[in-house]
Amino acid sequence: MTSTVEAGRLEVAALRKQFPLLQQLSHGKRLIYLDSAASSQRPRAVLDAMDHYYETTHANVHRGVYAIAEEATRQFEMARRATGRFINAPRPDVEIVFTKNATEALNLVAHSYGRHLLPKGKAILLTELEHHANIVPWLMLAAESGAELRYIPVGEDYRLDLSELDRLIDGVGLVGVSCMSNVLGTVIDLGPVVEAAHAVGAVVVADGSQLVPQRGVDVSALGVDFLAFTGHKMLGPTGIGVLWGREDLLERMPPFLGGGEMIRDVRLDGFVPNDLPWKFEAGTPPIAEAIGLHAAIGFLESVGMEKIAAHEIGLTARAIELLTDRHGDDLQIFGPTDDLTARGGVLSFGFRDLHAHDLAQVLDAEGICIRAGHHCAKPLMRRLGVTATARASFYVYNGEDDIAALSDALDVAAAFFG
Amino acid sequence: MAGLEDLYREIILDHYRSPRNRGELPVPPAHRVEGFNPLCGDEVVVYLEVNDGTLTDLRIAGQGCSISQSSASMMSATVKGRPVEEARKLIRSFKAMMSIREQSLGGEEEAEEADARGEAEIMRPEDLGELAALQGVVKFPVRIKCATLSWNALAQGLDEIAAGVPSSD
Repeated sequence: MTSTVEAGRLEVAALRKQFPLLQQLSHGKRLIYLDSAASSQRPRAVLDAMDHYYETTHANVHRGVYAIAEEATRQFEMARRATGRFINAPRPDVEIVFTKNATEALNLVAHSYGRHLLPKGKAILLTELEHHANIVPWLMLAAESGAELRYIPVGEDYRLDLSELDRLIDGVGLVGVSCMSNVLGTVIDLGPVVEAAHAVGAVVVADGSQLVPQRGVDVSALGVDFLAFTGHKMLGPTGIGVLWGREDLLERMPPFLGGGEMIRDVRLDGFVPNDLPWKFEAGTPPIAEAIGLHAAIGFLESVGMEKIAAHEIGLTARAIELLTDRHGDDLQIFGPTDDLTARGGVLSFGFRDLHAHDLAQVLDAEGICIRAGHHCAKPLMRRLGVTATARASFYVYNGEDDIAALSDALDVAAAFFG
Repeated sequence: MAGLEDLYREIILDHYRSPRNRGELPVPPAHRVEGFNPLCGDEVVVYLEVNDGTLTDLRIAGQGCSISQSSASMMSATVKGRPVEEARKLIRSFKAMMSIREQSLGGEEEAEEADARGEAEIMRPEDLGELAALQGVVKFPVRIKCATLSWNALAQGLDEIAAGVPSSD
């Protein structure tokens, strides 16, 4: 194990003060939040932006001709453009579709592209480390269409094993792959996968739920065809997710959900869908949530995505170092521990023979919030040979004091269960 | 606020460290039934043998947290050797104890409906012996499913045997 990566230079104490939820006590102790991979907390700036919108501007978008409706529409579309710029989308105004969450974004692709544009007889290639959100929609599609599902395996080094990629990619029409494992922390090197996919004419659907908040993603550089991510893991509100897709693909895809907003004309015997991106946004969209997401992106950009990435890498390195030093063989880490630049701020572990639930329960009594369970990645859990792991994940408001508290709490758990 | 000692009573930790009736039974004659907790991925496998209306043998396999494992262990120790009808009464009583009464999230209503049908006869926690130690779990609502996992599997197994449904592999 190496820890040559310098710890990030974030002013954690000052940042933490901006998160109201983190100012409270839990069981009489400082609340230490180590579950941002499941959902992050949000700063005052995001809460204020949403409150301000509801207090001064709210009206439905793309409908009213009065002043506040015009302003609500403007702010909603500004949020779309900011979201597109954040991931360097070539056409932020047409390629960003707001959804309920990343799961809905992936389902949108599975329904619209998968059922209508994926050529018959073409296989779907996924990986063993996908979140259920990037497996189940494809299982549902395969059950209908009969498409073959294949999986890129995870190697002993907790990375994708690409040794059989040439064989696996043959006859594939769509590849679904995570940018970063929500269990192992592994940042996936998408380059070879994208290259192989495009060589056989397959499109690549990337799940950026974990990587976008930690490192940012440049879709133009990444070369993928679709990217799904979610607001609530990147300091934004719940209830808003994002699908970015290449304009030419989105243009060819039929609508997903039907209703208001997504139509240009409706007759009793048919309808004409709206232009992009509204074609995919049936019904009243998450307006306040889009404005909150815009504020979250502003917050992340003001901190600096490069600094955040360095902070995640540095803090994870420190966590691995400290926990390994203090707990030795009692600790089993599931994820890469060699090249820490290739892993994000997610640390799955086993501690002694304690079940992750019991561990999390004792940690809760110490004010520490971690995730315990299968992390919505049961196929990966089976691959690892466990039913559950404990997982600590880090974000901008976590510091070395949190890591030290986690380590102390592990000692408490060890003493409690004897 | 509920403390850890409300959840992890000594008797629970004892059953966790030294689980009773751990193992498998040959199928058939035994009946095998699985229970899954989607929350944490815990899996419990209950093997049961019913002869002449009596639960003559029972084994627990699978893996899980201290609450699910100790609850399964205590269940096995309590119901083994009992007539099926008594086992069913214990299941009803245990599940009633595990329902969140203050918020009335269904369990109580179910019990009341069962009462109204005159088929319930729910035993009170104080009459449940060491099982009463699991009462504290109710203060940790997320963990209730851990405690009831093996009981639901047992209930399913008894139903399947009564209905002549073949055992799972």
